[in-house]
Amino acid sequence: MITRRQLIGGVLGGVVAAMTIQGAQAADTIKIGEINSYSKMPAFTVPYRNGWQLALEEINAAGGINGKLVEVISKDDAGKPGEAVTAANELVSKDNVHMLMGTFFSHIGLAVSDFALQKEVVFVAAEPLTDAMTWSKGHDYVFRVRPNVTIQASILANEAAKLPAKRWATIAPNYEYGKSSVEAFKAILSEKRPDIEWVDEQWPTLFKMDAGSTVQALLRSEPEAIFNVTFGSDLTKFVREGTTRKLFDGREVVSMLTGEPEYLDALRDEAPEGWLVTGYPWYSIDTPEHNAFRSAYEAKFDDYPRLGSIVGYATMKATAAIIANSKSLKSEDLIAGGKGVEFDTPMGKASFRAVDHQATLGAYVGRTALKDDKGIMVDWKYEDGANHLPDEATTKELRGM
Amino acid sequence: MDFIFIQFLNGLSSASSLFLVASGLSIIFGVTRITNFAHGAFYMMGAYVAYTLTESWMGALGFWGGLIAAAVAVAILGALIEIVLLRRIYNSPELFQLLATFGVTLVIQDLVIQIWGVDDLLGRRAPGMKGAVEIFGQAFPTYELMLIVLGPLCLGALWLLFNKTRWGVLVRAATQDRMMVSALGVNQAWLFTGVFTLGVFLAALGGAVQIPRDAVHNAMDLQIIVEAFVVVVIGGFGNVLGAFLASFIIAELNAFGILLFPKISMILMFLVMAVVLVIRPYGLLGKAEAHPRTALGSVIRPWAPLSKLGKNWVLALGLALVFLPMFAGDFLLNVSTEILIFALFAASLHLMMGVGGMVSFGHAAYFGLGAYGTALLVKFLGLSMGATMVLAPFLAVAGAIIFGWFCVRLSGVYLAMLTLAFAQISWSVIFQWDDVTGGDNGLLGIWPDAWAADQTSFYYVTLAIVGISVYAIRRIVFSPFGYTLRGCRDSLLRADAIGIDRLRIQWFGFVLAGSFAGVGGVLFAYLKGSVFPDYISIPLSVDGLVMVLLGGIQTVAGPIVGAGVFKALSTFIISHTEFWKIILGSFIIVLVVAFPQGIVGFFLEHFSKKKDSIEEGKS
Repeated sequence: MITRRQLIGGVLGGVVAAMTIQGAQAADTIKIGEINSYSKMPAFTVPYRNGWQLALEEINAAGGINGKLVEVISKDDAGKPGEAVTAANELVSKDNVHMLMGTFFSHIGLAVSDFALQKEVVFVAAEPLTDAMTWSKGHDYVFRVRPNVTIQASILANEAAKLPAKRWATIAPNYEYGKSSVEAFKAILSEKRPDIEWVDEQWPTLFKMDAGSTVQALLRSEPEAIFNVTFGSDLTKFVREGTTRKLFDGREVVSMLTGEPEYLDALRDEAPEGWLVTGYPWYSIDTPEHNAFRSAYEAKFDDYPRLGSIVGYATMKATAAIIANSKSLKSEDLIAGGKGVEFDTPMGKASFRAVDHQATLGAYVGRTALKDDKGIMVDWKYEDGANHLPDEATTKELRGM
Repeated sequence: MDFIFIQFLNGLSSASSLFLVASGLSIIFGVTRITNFAHGAFYMMGAYVAYTLTESWMGALGFWGGLIAAAVAVAILGALIEIVLLRRIYNSPELFQLLATFGVTLVIQDLVIQIWGVDDLLGRRAPGMKGAVEIFGQAFPTYELMLIVLGPLCLGALWLLFNKTRWGVLVRAATQDRMMVSALGVNQAWLFTGVFTLGVFLAALGGAVQIPRDAVHNAMDLQIIVEAFVVVVIGGFGNVLGAFLASFIIAELNAFGILLFPKISMILMFLVMAVVLVIRPYGLLGKAEAHPRTALGSVIRPWAPLSKLGKNWVLALGLALVFLPMFAGDFLLNVSTEILIFALFAASLHLMMGVGGMVSFGHAAYFGLGAYGTALLVKFLGLSMGATMVLAPFLAVAGAIIFGWFCVRLSGVYLAMLTLAFAQISWSVIFQWDDVTGGDNGLLGIWPDAWAADQTSFYYVTLAIVGISVYAIRRIVFSPFGYTLRGCRDSLLRADAIGIDRLRIQWFGFVLAGSFAGVGGVLFAYLKGSVFPDYISIPLSVDGLVMVLLGGIQTVAGPIVGAGVFKALSTFIISHTEFWKIILGSFIIVLVVAFPQGIVGFFLEHFSKKKDSIEEGKS
C-alpha cells in the first residue's frame, strides 16, 4: 500500500528528475525552432513531421548547409495561439534558434508571425492557408510555403468556369478559412461567368455540422452545382448524408482540398466520385523528384506520403535554401537571401516571391474516382501557383505598401 | 409543406442523438452531483470501441451486437473509474469531481490516439439501413428513421426503469434528497456506482450509434460535452424527460434556423439556454432542490487573516519574486509573467466562486473582454500602454455588470451554466465580427510600449499589478463586504433574515471578480502580443476552474498555488512532449487522490490537525 506521503514524494521526484534531463546540444550547428499542433491535429501534423525529418536527414547527410549541420528543435503548441507564442519565446530566448518554422492553423501562424516581427526573427510558415499571412498581415520576417486560399480557390474556379452549371450553392465551415474560400471562389467565378447565379449558402459550425438538416437545406435550393469547403469529420458527414439523400446525383461538386489523402482516405469506399477537387495524387505522380521523395519516404516510415508530408519536406528544404543563399544567419541577411530564392520540392521547383515572400508552390487539380474501394484522383494536372498569384502592383496594394 | 416535414424529421433524428448522451449526463449529475467532464470522452470511447467491434464482427447481428457490446465495455470502464477514483473524493468539496474527470478526459484523449491512431476512421453503415426511403418524393436515410425511434425508445426504457423497479425508486429518491436516502440506510456507494455506470452506458451507446453517420475521430469528446451539458441544463438537472424536451427544442430550432440564418448553429444553443434560464431558473422541467445546499459544501474552518508564519511565507515569496530577474533568463521570466497573470485570473475566479459561492463556467469571458478591450484601444485609438491598462478593463466590467445582473438571480449549477452561456455568446460575437475583432484570425501587434518591452520590465509591471490586485482581493475577502458576501454564500435564509440585499451584494461581488479577471486579460494581451477568440473560450474557463480546485477552493491562498502548479506543470510538460495530455491528466488524477481538499487545503488540514492535537494534550 502506497502511503499518501510516498505518492507525493514520487510525484515531486519525477518532476525534478524530468527537469534535470536536458538534451545535449552540438556547439556549432544551425538551429531551427519548429512549432506545430502535434497534439491537436496529429492526423495532419505527424505526416508533416515525417516530411521535414526526411528532408533534414537528407540535408545533413549531404554535409549540412555551408559546412554546418542543421538541428531542428520541435515544440507542440497544443492548438492554442498563446502556447505557440510561449513555445516561440522558449525557442528564441532559451534555445537561441536562428529561425522559426512550422504551424498549421491560420490564427496560430499569424500569432507566431507577429511574434517573429516583434523579435525580428525570420519565420517560415508551413501549412497556414490564410491570405493574410503574406498579404494584409504580411511583413519582411515571414515566408509562407503552402499555396494560400486564393490560389486554391482560383485553381478550382478556373475549372469550374468550364462547367455548364449556372445555379451554384456553397457550403463552408463558419470561420475564416471557409469564409475567405467562398469569397475568393465566388469573386473569380462570377467574373469569368457573369451568367451564373448564387442560390444558397450554408455555414455549419466547424466540426459540428448537423449534416441531415444542412443537406436538406441545400436540396431545397435546387442548385446545379455545389462548392464545398468542409473537411475532416464535417466532410465525412456531408458526403454520407449527401449520398444517401441523393444530393450529388446529377450535380457538379467542386471541393477544396478533398483530394488530399488526409481527407479522401478517411472516406474509404464511400468516397464521392466525379468531384472536381484540389489534392495530392501521390499514387500516380511520375516525376523523378517525386519518385525519389516517395521511395525515400516509404522506406523510412513504412507508410505512404500525405499532403502534409510534402509540405513538411518542402518547408525544410525552403528553410535550408534561404540559409544557403544568405551571407550570415542574421535576420536581415536571411530576409535578403530568402527573396526570390528557389528550392526543390517533390512537386518540382518553387521559389519565394520577392514582393510578398509567398512560395509559388501550386496544387494538383482533378476529379475523384473510386478504385479498389478507395478514393483516388484521376485526370489530374499540376497547376503552378505562380500562374494564380496577383502581379506585383496588386500584391503591393494587398500588403498596403 | 413536404420540405417542412422532412426537415422536422431531420430535427428529430438529431434530437435523438443528442438525447442519448445528455440523458446519461443528467442522471449522473442528478443523483451523484458529479459534474462529469469525462462524459464526452466516454461517448468517444463508445464510438471507437464500436468501430473496432463492427469491423471484425460480421452481419446484422455482428453490427448491432457490436454497438451494444461497445456500450457495455465502456460502461464497465466507467464503473471501474467510479470505484477506483471518484469514490475516494465524494467527501471533497463539490465540483472537485470535475477536476478528476477532467484528468480522465485528458488521459483518454491521448490513449485513443495511441490505440486507434491519428487518422479519422469511417465506421460501417448499418446492415439493411444503408439506403433511403422515399418520403414526399425526398430520399430520407433509413438509419435516421431508426434513430428517430431510438430516442423515445430509450426514454421509455428509462421511464420504466425509474418508475417500475425498486432500484429506480431509490435513484429518484436520491435525486430529490440524497441525505434522506442515506439516512434510511441505503448503500449510497453502490447506488452511485450503478447510476454512474448507467450514465456512461448511455454516453457510449450515443457514441456507438454515430459510427454509420459520422467519422470516428479524436475530437469527438469535446464536440459533444458542452452540448450535452447545455441540454441537461435546459431540461433541468436529473430530469430525463426534460433532457428529451430540450434535445427536441434545440435540434428543431437548429434544423429550421439554418434556413433563415445559415450561421445560427454556432450560437443557437447558448441563446436558448440563456433565455430558458432567465425565464425558468431551474430549467424547463427542473425543480428547486428540497434542501438547497450551498454550492461548495460547508467551509470547515472560517477563514482567518494570515498568521505570523503565513505572513513570513508571503514575504519570502514576494522577495523571491522581486529578485527573480537577477537569476532567471528571458524565457523563465516570460513563463513567470504568465503564471502571475493566471494567478490573478484564478484569484478572481475564486473571489466569485469560493468567496461569493457563485460557480462560474465562463470566467474566460471577463479575461477575454479585458484582452480584446486592450487590442481594440490599441488598434483603433492608438492609445499608449498606460492609458490602455487603465481603460481596457472597463470592457470586462461592463460585461460583468450586464451578465452578473442575470446570473445572480440563479444559483448552483444553473448559475454556472448561465455564465457559460454569456461567455459563449461573447465568444461568438468576437469570433464572427471580422471587421472589428478580426474574427478567428484575431488582432495582432499588441506589444508593450518601448519602456516595458523587454522581458524584465514587463515582468515587474505584471508583478506590481498582480501583487496589488491580489492584495486588494484579500482585503475584500476580509472586509465587511467580504463577510457579507460569505454570509450570502453560507446561508441564504439567514442572510435574508438579517436584511442583507443578497442580489445587490452578489452582483457587486460578481462585478469585482470580473474586473480583476479583466485586468489579467489586459496583461495577457500585452504578454502575447496578439489576441484571439481562444482567450475567451471554454478551455480557458476550464483551466481557471482546474487551478482553483487544484489549489483548494476552501482556502484563500489556494487558487494562487493552484495557478502556479497547473501553469508551470502544463508549460513544462507541453514544452517537452506532445503526449502532454496523458502525463498532465495522470498528474491531475494523482493530485486529486493525494490532496482531496486541494493542495493548500490539504496542508492547512494537516497543519491544524497537529495544532489541535497539541491543544487537546494541554487540556
